[in-house]
Amino acid sequence: MGLLYGLLAVGLALIFGLMDVTNFAHGEFLMLAMYLTFFLFMFWAVDPLLSIPLVAAGMFVFGAVIYLVIIRFAMRAKANIGMVQIFATFGLAILMRGLAQFFFTPDYRSIPASMLGGKTISIFGVFLPVAQLVGALISIAAFGALYFFMKKTDFGRALEATREDAGAVALVGIDKNKVFALGWGLGSALIGLAGGVMAIFFYIYPDVGASFALIAYVTVALGGFGSVFGAFAGGIIVGLVEATTAMILPPSLKSVGIYAVYLLVVFVRPRGLFGSI
Amino acid sequence: MDSFTQRRRRDLILAAALAAIAACVPLFVKDVYVQNIMVLTLMYAALSQAWNILGGYCGQISLGHALYFGLGAYTTALLFTKFGVLPWFGMLGGGIISALIALALGYPTFRLRGHYFVIATIVIAEIGFLLFHNWDYAGAALGIDIPVRGDSWAKFQFTRSKLPFYYFALVFCCVAWFITWWLEDSKWGFWWRAVKDNPDAAESLGVVVFNSKMGAAAVSAFLTAIGGAFYAQFVSYIDPESVMTFQFSLLMALPAVLGGIGTLWGPVLGAVILIPMTELTRSFIGGSGRGVDLILYGAVIVVISLARPDGLIGLFSRRPASKGVPQ
Repeated sequence: MGLLYGLLAVGLALIFGLMDVTNFAHGEFLMLAMYLTFFLFMFWAVDPLLSIPLVAAGMFVFGAVIYLVIIRFAMRAKANIGMVQIFATFGLAILMRGLAQFFFTPDYRSIPASMLGGKTISIFGVFLPVAQLVGALISIAAFGALYFFMKKTDFGRALEATREDAGAVALVGIDKNKVFALGWGLGSALIGLAGGVMAIFFYIYPDVGASFALIAYVTVALGGFGSVFGAFAGGIIVGLVEATTAMILPPSLKSVGIYAVYLLVVFVRPRGLFGSI
Repeated sequence: MDSFTQRRRRDLILAAALAAIAACVPLFVKDVYVQNIMVLTLMYAALSQAWNILGGYCGQISLGHALYFGLGAYTTALLFTKFGVLPWFGMLGGGIISALIALALGYPTFRLRGHYFVIATIVIAEIGFLLFHNWDYAGAALGIDIPVRGDSWAKFQFTRSKLPFYYFALVFCCVAWFITWWLEDSKWGFWWRAVKDNPDAAESLGVVVFNSKMGAAAVSAFLTAIGGAFYAQFVSYIDPESVMTFQFSLLMALPAVLGGIGTLWGPVLGAVILIPMTELTRSFIGGSGRGVDLILYGAVIVVISLARPDGLIGLFSRRPASKGVPQ
């Protein structure tokens, strides 16, 4: 579970952490990815495992378009830019939830049978659900790829430079909008990966994103903004803390442990565990 | 400086005129449904004004104000249902408890900046929500049903007419506005704006940044809790879902942000536009359950926040809103 939180957080880490744009519609992006997986399965019988790349590609386009249509303008605001971003994306979240209710109806959906769902595998005598295991593997791979991408490729460096000083990068010929649109696409594609995996074992409904989004924000902040590794570590910590809290307190209070750990961490280290900004 | 004084006098006259008009409206509007919307509008205007003191003037973006609202509502409801304490004392008690909690929470959180602070406020409110959700004595997830003991001002219960609630909400809104108006020209008001613009520079000029944030938080939390207590009496039923969710924290901040953050009239303007729109779309087209009201609501928020980053208040002044305040 921790690795799944990590996977969910990594998309947000890219948008929220690396580009320093608040995205309160993160949960709704996840919701959309889960619905995409569901409909690919329902209409074309594409197994979730195979549809994951398709969903990621679809979300890439969606994320880039959202950046160009909305976020670009939210970042241009001169006054109280933080609030403009928060509420433009909050409005987007409500809009997406409304659209989901309109087109998909508020019913709870689930994917009845898939190649991975409901199966378990035994590793050294420990039984693990296959779907979660695949999710964990995908998230490790995604983290590795993103980390490599940010540190070793020109695009990754351009992204980081653009966040630092958009004016200066314009001088060396980097188009801020292009870089950030690709960054949003990439971040959304990662959410697509997470959504594709999570659609296998969670119910899908228009408000599904809200419950995961808050945990994703906390995960990113816990790890520290601007750090991919931090988001990964944050995801693992959040998963462990949740499991531990669920053993001590009633299940409905399991998130309290996560929140308390976040507060403890930032009171001691105001920039999160590995944060740079 | 002179124009600032003039503007403040104009604001006061305008507020008095608007309040007088608002007080007369119920003479002509007898429809209970419309009155209900007017009560909610005034309540949100006041709540948003309270949020604006901390978020707008002092620049500390809290998205956890549902905590104080919920504390106000729960203190009043619990004291009344369990001990028979009149809601007026509960209201005051809730306000004081909220202000104290805001100070206690401010002590560690005000050292955080940016996103870390915002997320801390969300998380703290969410912990409060989960605790109330599981607190059996306070009704847990079922909440508290406030028993009706007859209409009276002493018990602050009115089942036959919404008018007393309307007038209380109007007074509450005026008080919140007046406190903001008064603070704007006080030492605190100047400190807050300095802290918002540049905390480091403010500190070096002798502003005690930490204390001014604490002051803003206490005033803001106190007023928000009064709103919560009022809401509990108004709907006579509360549960954690309706008074303490994260969504609700955003809804409290929204009128101030869309109307004009850190301005005297922003929250009022935002509430007057947003709340009737929300309520009307919800009841006229929301009934289909297809989310059309949400689509409209979301689209309006996106468009306004992108088109008027300074808030809608900018449409009413010749100069940008921020220029009206001495920097």
